[in-house]
Formats: sequence, C-alpha cells, structure tokens
Amino acid sequence: MTDIAAAPPRESALAALYKHSRYIIGENPVTGFAFALFVLIVLAAILGPHIVPYDPLQSDTTQALKPPSAHHWFGTDQIGRDVFSRVVVATRLDFFIAVASVVLVFLMGGLAGVAAGFFGGWTDRIVGRIADTIMAFPLFVLAMGIVAALGNTVQNIIIATAIVNFPLYARIARSEANIRREAGFVEAARLSGNSDWRILAFQILPNVFPILVVQMSLTMGYAILNAAGLSFIGLGVRPPTPEWGIMVAEGAAFMVAGEWWNAFFPGAALMVAVFCFNLLGDGLRDMVDPRRRT
Amino acid sequence: MPTMILKRLAMAIPSLIGVVIVTFLLTRALPGDPAAYFAGPAATPQAIQEVRVKLGLDRPLIEQFGSYVLDLVHGNLGTSLTTGQPVAQELRNRLPASAELTLLGLLVSIVIAVPLGILAATKPNSLLDHACRVVSTAGVSLPVFFTGLILVYVFYYLLGWAPAPLGRLDVFFTEPPHVTGFYLIDSLIARDPETFLAALKQLILPALTLAIFSLAPIARMTRASMLAVLSSDFVRTARASGLSSFTVIITYAFRNAMLPVITTLGMVFSFLLGANVLVEKVFAWPGIGSYAVEALLASDFAPVQGFVLTMAVMYVMLNLLIDVLYGVVDPRVRLDA
Repeated sequence: MTDIAAAPPRESALAALYKHSRYIIGENPVTGFAFALFVLIVLAAILGPHIVPYDPLQSDTTQALKPPSAHHWFGTDQIGRDVFSRVVVATRLDFFIAVASVVLVFLMGGLAGVAAGFFGGWTDRIVGRIADTIMAFPLFVLAMGIVAALGNTVQNIIIATAIVNFPLYARIARSEANIRREAGFVEAARLSGNSDWRILAFQILPNVFPILVVQMSLTMGYAILNAAGLSFIGLGVRPPTPEWGIMVAEGAAFMVAGEWWNAFFPGAALMVAVFCFNLLGDGLRDMVDPRRRT
Repeated sequence: MPTMILKRLAMAIPSLIGVVIVTFLLTRALPGDPAAYFAGPAATPQAIQEVRVKLGLDRPLIEQFGSYVLDLVHGNLGTSLTTGQPVAQELRNRLPASAELTLLGLLVSIVIAVPLGILAATKPNSLLDHACRVVSTAGVSLPVFFTGLILVYVFYYLLGWAPAPLGRLDVFFTEPPHVTGFYLIDSLIARDPETFLAALKQLILPALTLAIFSLAPIARMTRASMLAVLSSDFVRTARASGLSSFTVIITYAFRNAMLPVITTLGMVFSFLLGANVLVEKVFAWPGIGSYAVEALLASDFAPVQGFVLTMAVMYVMLNLLIDVLYGVVDPRVRLDA
C-alpha cells in the first residue's frame, strides 16, 4: 500500500508574497525600518496639508527667525512661516516629482529597452545610440540644460529627471528582454502562432516587469536628489511653494549666520527620504533577485 | 599602446557628435520664438526679424546646424546677453577654478575611500567593514548642497576654523601670477606660502563636500573587488609561499583589484561634475558652474549651452583618459584592443 503524499495546500499568490515579504523583513530588519519610513512619507504626502499646525504660506513677521520651540518645532523662517509645516507639506510635491519622473522613465526606458532587446537590429541600434548620447553628459548638467531649454517649470523638472535616467532603464530592460528572446516559453508562444507584438506584451514584458520595478525604487532616491538639486539652484519650483530643495536654498544664507534650522530641517527631510528609498530599493532587490544581494 | 589609444579616440568621436547635436537641439527647444528671446523683451517686430536673420534662424535647420558646428570649430560659443562677453572666454577664465576644486575633491575622496575599502575587504564583517558600509550608504543619501551647508555651519560658524565660504581667496590676498590657473600650484611656483595656505583654506570645505559625495561608489567598488581578488587562487598561492600579508594585499591583490575601481571613476566623474555646480553655489565659488547658474536664472541661454557643451566634452575626454589608464594598469586590455 503506498500512500500518495497529500499535496501541500496551495497558497494563493498574494499569501505567498506576503509570507515571503515577512520572511525578508524578518531576515533584514533594516528593510522593515525602511518600509515603515516609507509609509510615513506616503502618509505625510497624502495628509500633509491637513495635519500641519500652521498654514505653510502664512507669514508672521513678529515670529521671524525663531529657533525651534514647543510652538514651532522646527523654528520659523525669515518671514515667520512655520518650518515644520512647510517641511511636511513639501513632502507631497517632492514625492510627486520623484514618482512621476520614475514612472515616466519606466514607460520610456522600459518599453524602448524591451523593444530593443526583443527586436534587435535597427531598433536596438537607435535605442543604444540614444542611451549612449545621454550617457556622454554628466547627468545633472544635462538635466540643467534640458530644464533651461524646455522652460522653468515643475513638469520640465520631471521630464529632465526622467530623461537622464533613460539609459539605465533602457539597458536593463534590453538585456533582460534579450536573454528571454530565445527562451522556451517564447518559442512555444511563437509556434502557437502569436505575433511578435503579442509575445512582447504577454510573454516578455511580464517577466521584465519585476526587475524594472526594483530599479524604480532604486532610482527614486536619485530622482528626488536630482529634482531637489535643480530647485536648489533656482530651477522649476518657485518660492513661496514649499519644496525641500528651495527651502534649503532659502535657508542657506541664514545658516552661515548661525540660524541653522531654516535649512537644516528640509535638508534632513530630504536626506531621510533618499536614505529610505535607497534602503527600500536594496530590500526589494533582495526579494526579487537574491543573488545580487551584497 | 598607441594603436589602442587611437582606436579609443575614434570611439569617442560618435559621442562627441552626439553631444554637439544635443546641445544644438537644446537651443531649438527653447519655448517660444528664439529670435524674440535673443532680441530681448523690449524688441520691436523689426528688431526681432533682424535678430532672426543675424542668428540665421530663418534658414533651414540643417544649415543652422552647419554654422553652429563651424562656430564651434572656431572656438566661438556665442555671446552672453547679460555681460556682453564672449562665452568661450568667460568659460576659459573660470574653468581652472572648477577644475582645481573637482580634482582636489576627487583626490581627497580616493585617499579616504581606497584604504577604507581595502581595510574593509581584508576584515569582512568587522566593525570597520560595517563602518565602511554605513559611510558609503550615508554618502549617497546626502544631498551634496546640504553636506556643504552643514560643513560651513560647523567649521565656519561654530568652530571658526574655516574662512567665510566666499570664493577662492580671502579679500586680503591677491591672486598669484597666472601660470596654470590653479591657485595652489601658482602660489607654489611664485614661492608664496601665505597665499598657498589661504587658497588651501578656502578649498578644503568645498573639496571635502565633493569628497564625501563621491566616497561611496569608490569605497564600495574597492571593497567588492578586493574581496573577489583576495579569494582567488593566485592570492592563496602567494600566501602559501610565505609572503607577508602586506606584500600580498598591496602588490598582488590591489593591482588587480584596481581595474573595476578605475571603471567606476567614469561614473564618479559624472556625479562630481554635476555636484560641482551645487557646491559652487553653496561656496560662492567663481567656477563655470556658478556662471551657468547665474545665466540660467537670467534666462541667458548662450552661456548655459556653452557650459553644457564644455562639461560634456570634458566628460567624454575624462572617460577616454580612464580607458587609457585602464590599458596602462592592465596589459591584457592592450592585447585585446
């Protein structure tokens, strides 16, 4: 009598992902910490304007340049605006710029790269040449040039940040699509009469997708730094809009004179956000591709 | 070796062509009518038409591109609207300030990052290794302009060790006679130790800011490639032959581990040249970065275009240099070429 071992109960894909994520977070508490920070940032971005104690644009000259206190946790700036409120409210704009630029480059670079890797030939050569040309510039300098040319708006900061990240996405997507071009499941799909485009959309893209998502979280930090750098030199965001880069720029002059809180808190917020995205990106990469763990 | 350099030079040409095309297209992407833009806000329609003809904007795009390239060949980058000075000359005057800052920053960064990476690799999972990881993760997360401001606050305002962050030289000093344009070198040539010290004092903080920023990739790559080399067979053989661990690590392992580090330098330069703009703004450094930023804010496009072009050409050249250096360090590359 042979007893056929009962098949283990099947887990739904979602439950498996949840379990795997918990395992990863348990394995690496830093990722859990980064995830908690990320939730905090997202909450600040969504709820920011509704929970802050002061209006971020309301000036009060009697309270100008006060150091941090119980009333103003992060102090006040040169015209008496509450720095804490401004830092929290700025989260939405900075987060939006980073997410928008990353999604944009994901669409541009990811699709171009997948097409290049899958079709090869001319498509590959053109995409490769575009990527090489972008790579020939120091990236921040190119972003400056693009914003200067397209016009000084937030939208163009997003576009510029996306363009300078294009080569990275295009290259990763290209190589991932290329190694799958001759894979068994692609051949099978081809033999059963699927067109190239259908194969691209239903066989190749879903496989390349997770790798690009990891890349997105890894570049989020860079995107925020790039955008804040551009607004620090006076591009894109205009005062009095609260944004971390421009707040650091406005506070810079006071920092030299000892009024440090004006520039310190927005700068620190920026640093924490970038740090969180970098850690989270590393954690996500461990989840999707454990081999590249360092 | 010369053939390899020539081949590599030929490979840089498409990049240069791409760079010139992109900088040309950037001006054409100006919102609105470039002629109206260059003529200034108070120009009459007739004046705008004159500017259009003068700039050649009425001609086909390809012809305009031809004259742009011809201008470049003659070293003409146009004229700044706000200062009325030729852009090329202004860039040439300001370039040494930026170059001195960037190179010193890179030097400081290498001097700190390479030994840190080596030590971290020889003792993996030690306290030093963790310190190396923390420093390099923090380094990439710090906005470079923020690091600069913190350094200014601590070393200028709190401690009073550093001079005010206002340019290359304190007002009480006169700049040394121009030889290289690098104040550190020029003051040494002029045998003027006081000016040398004054220039160094101004340089330390901005250079340190750049160094902190570029530390991370160099330290990480040194550590990773040292780890790989140290576990290879020839290192084991060298160890088994009874060589001292210093000889093994420095003479045997380090030379081989340097190759990926040199490759990373290309990426580091891309970051450094960009970060340079921000650092120049923080420290009121009179380099090409702050020149471009001033022009950007005044909507003066010719300097920005010249700046982007100069930076890109320099970056292509630096990459070329790195590749040649690679060939010097690793003879195998020469054979392959």
